[in-house]
Amino acid sequence: MAPPVQSSRSPSPSPSQPSGKSEVSDLKLQLRNLAGSRAPGTDDSKRELFKKVISYMTIGVDVSSLFSEMVMCSATSDVVLKKMCYLYVGNYARGNPDLALLTINFLQKDCRDEDPMIRGLALRSLCTLRVANLVEYLVGPLGSGLKDSSGYVRMVASIGVLKLYHISAAVCIDSDFPSMLKALFLNDTDAQVVANCLSSLQEIWTLEASTSEEAVREKEALLSKPVIYHLLNRIKAFSEWAQCLVLDLASKYVPSDSNEIFDIMNLLEDRLQHANGAVVLATIKVFLHLTLSMNDVHQQVYERMKAPLLTLVSTGSPEQSYAVLSHLHLLVMRAPILFSSDYKHFYCQYNEPSYVKKLKLEMLTAVANESNTYEIVTELCEYAANVDVPIARESIRAVGKIALQQYDVNAIVDRLLQFLEMEKDYVTAETLVLVKDLLRKYPQWSHDCIAVVGNISSKNVQEPKAKAALIWMLGEYSQDMLDAPYILESLVDNWDDEHSAEVRLHLLTAVLKCFFRRPPETQKALGAALAAGLADSHQDVHDRALFYYRLLQYDVSLAERVVDPPKQAVSVFADTQSSEIKDRIFDEFNSLSILYQKPSYMFTDKEHRGPFEFTEELGSLSVGEESADNVIQSRRFEASDNDLLLSTTEKEENKVPSNNGSAYSAPDYDVSSASLVAMPGHSESAVLNTNLPTHAPQSSSGIDDLLGLGLPATISSPPPLKLNAKPVLDPGTFQRKWGQLPISLSQEDTLSPHGTAALTTPQVLLRHMQSHSIQCIASGGQAPNFKFFFFAQKADDTAAFFLVECLINTSSAKAQIKIKADDGSASAAFSALLRSALSELGMS
Amino acid sequence: MISQFFVLSQRGDNIVFRDYRGEVQKGSAEIFFRKVKFWKGDEGEDAPPVFNADGVNYVHVKVAGLLFVATTRVNVSPSLVLELLQRIARVIKDYLGVLNEDSLRKNFVLVYELLDEVIDFGYPQTTSTEVLKSYIFNEPIEVEAARLPPLGPAAMFMQGTKRMPGTAVTKSVVANEPGGRKREEIFVDIIEKISVTFSSSGYILTSEIDGTIQMKSYLTGNPEIRLALNEDLIIGRNGSSVYDYRNSAGAGAVILDDCNFHESVHLDNFDLDRTLMLVPTDGEFSVMNYRMTQEFKPPFRVNALIEEAGSLKAEVILKIRADFAPSITANTISVHMPLPKYTTRVSFEFEPGAIVGGSETYSAGKAHIFTGVTCQYHERSWTCEHDLHNSNVQCFKASGKVLANSKEIQDIQSIPSTNAKGSLSGIQMASQNTYDSKPM
Repeated sequence: MAPPVQSSRSPSPSPSQPSGKSEVSDLKLQLRNLAGSRAPGTDDSKRELFKKVISYMTIGVDVSSLFSEMVMCSATSDVVLKKMCYLYVGNYARGNPDLALLTINFLQKDCRDEDPMIRGLALRSLCTLRVANLVEYLVGPLGSGLKDSSGYVRMVASIGVLKLYHISAAVCIDSDFPSMLKALFLNDTDAQVVANCLSSLQEIWTLEASTSEEAVREKEALLSKPVIYHLLNRIKAFSEWAQCLVLDLASKYVPSDSNEIFDIMNLLEDRLQHANGAVVLATIKVFLHLTLSMNDVHQQVYERMKAPLLTLVSTGSPEQSYAVLSHLHLLVMRAPILFSSDYKHFYCQYNEPSYVKKLKLEMLTAVANESNTYEIVTELCEYAANVDVPIARESIRAVGKIALQQYDVNAIVDRLLQFLEMEKDYVTAETLVLVKDLLRKYPQWSHDCIAVVGNISSKNVQEPKAKAALIWMLGEYSQDMLDAPYILESLVDNWDDEHSAEVRLHLLTAVLKCFFRRPPETQKALGAALAAGLADSHQDVHDRALFYYRLLQYDVSLAERVVDPPKQAVSVFADTQSSEIKDRIFDEFNSLSILYQKPSYMFTDKEHRGPFEFTEELGSLSVGEESADNVIQSRRFEASDNDLLLSTTEKEENKVPSNNGSAYSAPDYDVSSASLVAMPGHSESAVLNTNLPTHAPQSSSGIDDLLGLGLPATISSPPPLKLNAKPVLDPGTFQRKWGQLPISLSQEDTLSPHGTAALTTPQVLLRHMQSHSIQCIASGGQAPNFKFFFFAQKADDTAAFFLVECLINTSSAKAQIKIKADDGSASAAFSALLRSALSELGMS
Repeated sequence: MISQFFVLSQRGDNIVFRDYRGEVQKGSAEIFFRKVKFWKGDEGEDAPPVFNADGVNYVHVKVAGLLFVATTRVNVSPSLVLELLQRIARVIKDYLGVLNEDSLRKNFVLVYELLDEVIDFGYPQTTSTEVLKSYIFNEPIEVEAARLPPLGPAAMFMQGTKRMPGTAVTKSVVANEPGGRKREEIFVDIIEKISVTFSSSGYILTSEIDGTIQMKSYLTGNPEIRLALNEDLIIGRNGSSVYDYRNSAGAGAVILDDCNFHESVHLDNFDLDRTLMLVPTDGEFSVMNYRMTQEFKPPFRVNALIEEAGSLKAEVILKIRADFAPSITANTISVHMPLPKYTTRVSFEFEPGAIVGGSETYSAGKAHIFTGVTCQYHERSWTCEHDLHNSNVQCFKASGKVLANSKEIQDIQSIPSTNAKGSLSGIQMASQNTYDSKPM
C-alpha cells in the first residue's frame, strides 16, 4: 500500500487537501482501538497506521496531537514499530515536553533490554528528545551505555554525551562524562566508538574553551604527539568518514622536527589512492600544512597530489568533481607554473555544468604562459562561439585576462579583434570592454584596435559596460578616429534614451576630451552635452556636467590638464582579493571556504565556527577583529569591482586606508584567550616566555644563531628614542588603551625569506623583540599566520606607551603593523625603532 | 556536521526529511528548492552543488532525478558531505533495488531506518551496506524497474555519473529469491568514458579515458576474490608530460596516468603481478577508478562539415565512422549536437546507404553513417562550425584495452561464464561486460 503522500507540501489547508485534520482524527481513533489489542496481526495494522503518521510528518502535516496514542501503541516487541515510534517521538518531543515525559518510561525500560540493538536504539532516542527537564532521566542510561559490552551501544552513547551537552552543558560536565569519553577515546577497541568520542570531545572542548581553562588544555591534549600517533597508526581500522575526522585533527598537529613530518607523510601516502575524495582531500590538507615551512617539499607535495586530484575530478558525479576541482583551482592559483603543462585537463567538455566550466576557464587563464598560450587561446576562442552564452562571455573575458598578463600579446590582440567581426551582440560587448582595458595597458596597439573599433556602429552596442567602453575609446582616441566627434554628437542627441548613468558620465568626459583635441568639430556637441548633463536627474551626472562647465569657464587649458592629462600605461591591474584573504582561504583547505572563495568568517555565524577552527589560537582576540575586517573587506571588493583599473601605486594607496579604517573592537581578554595570552604583569621577560602555551617545542637556540641575534650592533644609526627596558602594562590597560587610541601609523612590510624561514613559532620573534625593549602582551597563531600584540614605554615618560599590532604571514612573507601611541609625535621614531628591530629578524 | 538531510522530488516535494541537530529552521527544504529552481545566474545556469543562504549551507547532489540535500551551519568539508550524499543514495539503492521516486515513497520507512544508522547527530557513522544489514529490520517493497531510459546504460553518462550498475542488477541486497535460495552471483562491470576531441580536419586533438571497475556482489560467506589486470600495466607517467605520446615506455604496454582503489582492496601483490585482492562487501562499489591519456584508437571517428545554404540556413554534414571489430555490436547510438538558442527549425535525414537500423543497432566494421542536419535560423550570424568541430565526442568503450584479460577468480576455481553485452552508442556510447559466475 502506498503511503498517502499528497503532492502539496504546504501544511496549510487547501481545498484539495483538507488540512489532514479529518485524517488525523481518524488515525487517532484507529490507534486508540489498537492500543490495547493483543489480537494476532495487530502489529501489522499498527505498522500501516504508523507509516501513515510518519508520512504525514514528512510532508509537514502536524500530527503531534497523536502523541499519547502513539506512546500507548509503542508497547511492542516489534523492532520496526519501535523504530517508527522513536522517530515520531524524537520529532515532536521538543514541542510537547509534558507529553515527552510519557515516553521516558518505555525508553528507560528499553535501555535495559537484553538485545544490544534495542538498548542502542532506545538510548539514541532518549538523547534526541531535546527536552531540558528530562535531563535527569538521561544521565543514568548514558553512564551505563558508555560502559556497555556492546560496541553499538557505546557508539550511540558516545554521541549521546554530545547530545546531552547541547541540552544541558552543566549536567554533562558535572556528571563527568567528558573524562569518561576521554578514557573510551584512548582505550576502546571499536574504531567507530573512538571516532565518535573524538567528535564529541572536539565539539565539547571547543565550546567549553571560552569559559574553562581546563577545556583549553584538554583541547590541546587532543593534539599531543601520543594521541596523534595512536590514531594515525591505526588509521586503516577507521571507516572512511572517521578517517576524515582523524586526518582533520592531524592537519592541526605541529611536528617537532622534519623526521616526524616525513614519517607522517610516509604513513599517509597510500591515503592519496583512496577512492573517496573526502579522504584524499583531508590527506592533502595534512601534507600541505606539514610542509608549509619547507619550500621544496611543499612543491613536491603539489606535484604528488596532481594526479590523484585529476583522477577524482574525472571520476564521480559532477557535484563531486566540482568540490575537488575547486580545491585544484586553489592550488593552481597558488602555483600556476606547476600546472602549466597540464592545461589540457582544464579544457571544458560540452556537457559539463556551467559551475565546472567557469572554474576550468579560470584555471586555463592562470596557467597560461609563453609555451602554452597559443593552444589555450585557440581553445578559448572556440568557446567564444559556443551556444552556451554565459560560457562564451566568460571565455572572451578569459582571453582578455591572458592578454593582460602576457608580454607577447601580438596574436591575442588579433584574436580579440576577430571577435568583433563575429557580429554577435554579446561577443562584441565583452570584447569592447576588453579592448579598452588592453589599450590602457598597451597603448602601442591603439592603431590596430581603433581601426576595427571605429567600424562598430554604436547602435549595435546596447550593454552599458560595453557602451561605456566604446565611448571611452571614442574620447581617448578621437584624433585617430575620423568621425569620432560626429558619433559622439549623435550619442548626445539621444541623451534622453540613454538609461545608464554610467554611460552618460562617460559620454560627458569623452565629449570634453574630444573637444580638447578637435575643438571646432566638437563644440556643438559639447554644448549640447553640458546642457543635457545639467538638466540630468542623476546627481552624479548633474554634478560632473556642472563641474566641467565651471572648469571650462575658469580656464580651458587648466580644464584640459584636469580632464585629459597625458596618461601612463597601466602596468598591473589590481587583484580583487588581498593576499591576506587568499592565505586565510588556503588555511581553510578542505572546507566550504574553498568553494565560496572566501574565508569562513564571511559566511558562518560565530557560534558555528567551533570545532573546525580548532587552532584559532587567538580566540576572541581575532574574532573581534574579524567582524570589523569583514565589513572592510566586502567594501573593498565592491570598490575594486567598480574600478578594475588601478595602477599599482593606486592599489597600494587604496590598501592602507582600508587597514587604517578598520574599527578595531577591543580585544576581549576575559574569555577564551585567558590562558593563551601571557600576562606579564610584573614578571620578567623570561617568565613571559615560559608562560606562553604552544604546540610547538621551544625553538632551539640554533635559530637564534641563524638569525644573527647575537649581533645587535647592526643598526647603523640608532634612533634617538629611548625605551624603558622593563615596562609594565597590564592586559586590561592595554585593552582599554587599544580601544581608545587612534591608529597613528599603519604599514605593510615584506619579510626576507631568511626571517620567514626562522619564524616557525611566535617565541622566536618574542624573544628577539624583548632584546629591543619591546614586550609582547599577547601572541598566537600557527604557521603561516602569526599575530602579536607588543607594547613599549618611553624611558623618560612613564605615561607614554606604544601599542603595536603585528600580523605576520610567513608564506607570503608579509607583515602588517599598526601602531598606536599615547604620544603620537614619537610614533614615527618608534616605528623606525620597531622596524629596525624587525629587520634584524629578516624584514627588509 | 550535518544539520538536516532531505530528499526532494523533481517537483520539490519532501519525500524524506530528517533533522539531526535542530539548528536550521524547518522551512529549509522549500528555501532550498526555490533557490535551485530560480538560480539567479544569467541565462539559466545550474545552481552550484553547494551554496549559502542566510548562514545555512546547502549541499546537494542529483541522483535518479531526485535531489539529495544536506544542510549545515558549519564550515564542513564539501567533499565529505557530497561523497556522503552520493553514498547514501547508493546504500538506499542497494536496499531498494531500484532508486526512483516511486520506490523511495513506498519504502520511506526503510529509508528512515537507514538514515538513523548512517548519520547520528550530524556525524557520519557507517555507509557500508553490509554493516547496516544487521540494523535494518524493514523489508523492501519491491518496485518494478522503470522502463529503461532510452539510452540504456549510456544514460548514466549523460547525467555524468558512473555509479549506475548494469540494468540486470536491480535487486535489493536484502531480498531473497522466491525459492528461499540466495542468488550466488557477482557482477563486474568495466565502464570507460572516452573523451576525444577531433579537429575540423579529423585529427585527434585531445583524448582521455576515465574508467572504473564496478562490482556488485550477492555472494554469501564473503569469499576472497582476485582480480587480475594486465601484467604489463604501468601506473604513472614518471613525470613526463602527460601528452607526450612518443615517450611512453615499452610498446604495447598500457599506461595509466593514475588510479585509485576502494577501501576493501588489498594491494599486497599488486606490484608483483598486478592482482587486486578483495573481499567484496555487499552492495555496489567501484573497485578501481583509473585515468589514462595514452594514445589509443577511438572506437568512432567523427567528421563535421558546415555549409551555408542560404542566408538564414545552414547545413551540417556529420560523418560518424565506427572503427572497431565487426564482432562487436553497438547499441543505442545517440548523437547530440548543441544548437544556438535562436534556431527555429531543424530537419534531419540519413544519407542513402547509411547503415541505420530501426532498432538503432548496427554492426561495426566498415560502416558509415552520413547524417545531414539542416537548420534554419532567424539570424544570419551563426557560427556552428566552432560548436561542431569542437564538440567533445564522448564515448565509452569496454574493448578491454586496459583490462584485456581481466578475470575474476573466486575460491580458486569457477571460470566466469561470460555474458558480454557490449553496447555502444554513437557519440555517447557505453558498453559493459557482465560476468556472472556461479560458484561450485
